[in-house]
Amino acid sequence: MWGYILKRFLVAIPILLAIAFVTFLLMRFTPGNYLDTMRMDPQYSKATIQHYEELYQLDKPLLQQYLQWIKNILRLEFGYSFYYNVPVVQIIGGRLWNTFVLSCASFLFTWGVALPLGITAALRRNQWLDRLIQFFSYVWLSVPSFFLAMILLYAASQTGFLPLGGMVSPNFEEMNFLEKALDILKHLAIPTIALSVGSIAALQRIMRGNMLEVLGQQYILMARAKGLPENKVVYHHALRNAINPLITLLGYEFSSLLSGAALIEIICGWPGLGALMLTAVRSKDIYLVMASMLMGSVLFIIGNLLADILLAKADPRIRYERG
Amino acid sequence: MSADKKHLSEFQIALRNFKKNRLACLGVVILGLLYVAVIFAEFLSPYSYKNENRNYSYCPPTVIQFFDENRLVWPYVYGRQLEFNAYHGRIYTIDKTQKYPLRFFAPGDTYQWLGFLPGRRHLIGVSEPGRFYLLGADSRGRDVFSRLLYGGRISLSIGLIGVCISFTIGLIVGGVAGYYGGRVDDILMRICEMFMMVPGFYLLLALRSAVPDNFNSVQVYFAIVVILSFIGWAGLARIIRGMCLSLREREYVLAARTFGLSDRKIITGHILPHTVSYSIFAVMLSIPGYILGESALSLIGLGIQDPFASWGNMLSDAMSIVRIKFAPWILLPGFFIFVTVICFNVIGDALRDCLDPLLKSEVKG
Repeated sequence: MWGYILKRFLVAIPILLAIAFVTFLLMRFTPGNYLDTMRMDPQYSKATIQHYEELYQLDKPLLQQYLQWIKNILRLEFGYSFYYNVPVVQIIGGRLWNTFVLSCASFLFTWGVALPLGITAALRRNQWLDRLIQFFSYVWLSVPSFFLAMILLYAASQTGFLPLGGMVSPNFEEMNFLEKALDILKHLAIPTIALSVGSIAALQRIMRGNMLEVLGQQYILMARAKGLPENKVVYHHALRNAINPLITLLGYEFSSLLSGAALIEIICGWPGLGALMLTAVRSKDIYLVMASMLMGSVLFIIGNLLADILLAKADPRIRYERG
Repeated sequence: MSADKKHLSEFQIALRNFKKNRLACLGVVILGLLYVAVIFAEFLSPYSYKNENRNYSYCPPTVIQFFDENRLVWPYVYGRQLEFNAYHGRIYTIDKTQKYPLRFFAPGDTYQWLGFLPGRRHLIGVSEPGRFYLLGADSRGRDVFSRLLYGGRISLSIGLIGVCISFTIGLIVGGVAGYYGGRVDDILMRICEMFMMVPGFYLLLALRSAVPDNFNSVQVYFAIVVILSFIGWAGLARIIRGMCLSLREREYVLAARTFGLSDRKIITGHILPHTVSYSIFAVMLSIPGYILGESALSLIGLGIQDPFASWGNMLSDAMSIVRIKFAPWILLPGFFIFVTVICFNVIGDALRDCLDPLLKSEVKG
């Protein structure tokens, strides 16, 4: 298992380097950079700008710049954010964590709701409850997450029940630990729901399909025939086999969450990596863009890897060591 | 099986099964109406997309009146009087002294239909200074209904063009990788993986930032299409490649090769046609992605720019949520996106159901 994980990491490194290189090229070919903004600002002297240019070697050939950047990355120096006026590392860590929190919350919510829904629907196949669930999942599957987020924010503004955007309340610092946790949870609610509803609908349908397929198998008939209680048949024999194929989806699910989270972060004002990326792209803050892109990809790859490991744990038939 | 069924090709059978699905047929009808409406946007809309009147900012929808003193008369609309309350909020009151009869084929803003046919007649309208806002007005007093039609042009076409580009790339890359296998396959699939390992939205932002600022709206439109298809092809290429890997082992491919056909002809003429039934529903199910991608970009201000309309940038009005309470109609573009997406999903699902047996017989059988 450890060999496999190591191998996956080694494969990921050249891909990450390529991603970084493409991002780098994109940012360098973009008309204008942050220094141009500085040049227009009379606050900065020519000497300061020249200092920056030399410091980050913006006057050197492209390849040299890139190699220098890679070298710095290896020492965990991600460069300097011109926009925020601090090293990139100082901003990106917190943002990465926030995105991770949002993704995890949405992930747990999605699976926590979708699996029971799918099982319920499968057990009551073609009854009214099943039809209702299927109808609503069709509708929710097609609601754009950003549209849902707007409507939820509007509803929140009307009821005053949930806070509008952001991650913490203004008086966050004065709270004790429990209040702090509750405050973050409250802020988390809208982005999480907006992000999850579509995935719940999709996952529920897949779970229902898997469950129906497993329930049609002969070993289920066998279990029933030997007089096992229905509960045991469903939850002990059928469920485990129905969930297994879903675990392959887990990685993709997490990855698409990450990508979808970016937009929701922007709309709900959640201070995550996606919102940071937008600011960075808008202000042409090259090192911030590259670092955000790289960190996003790393999260993505870790998500996929975790899914593979979980799959191996859950399904003893899968071996990664060979092939 | 009855005698007449034998004359049906597999595709005709699939088509007949599709027609049995009522919901999918409804989806086709709604989408058809939407497409017709946006094609004739210039004529169907009372105003042009940039006809603005700041005195009517967020003016509520105009109600068409049919009765005058309890008598049925030619439909007309009342004028509006703008007043400000103590907090500088806009209050529109109906001015019953001004009546503007509805006019069909009314002359209005001049336009070039689809860019070449000049005209100035609109299906419906009222004469100035009356304003006819079927679905309310936006922040600059532009007609939301007209802008929905014009915006639909962007949102509905971007999916079709985007899907054409990404499927061309996906089919070629997938076909070549699957047919040749070995090192070619390895290299192409590594490239695919690279695309799949970047969170889509981040890549979207990075690519969008590389588009020069001095592009005009048409160039930005095509840039967005290209960017969206650039992100979307990798997933498809992998699936097509998997199918081609198994297809190339078939006897007819061997036969084609012994006849001395070129690789290009074998791939395009003998292998890729067998992935068509997969591609058809995959196309339908991936179009919403493009529509949502464009809307998302326009929503955060990186897509189609004002004064041009797209459903995404119209919705950005609703980003400041306080406005929704006073002008709920600014949420309409979101509703239209939803309807379009659900139609494509329903049709795609129905197509999958009726093409699935065909797919199984082609690839596995």
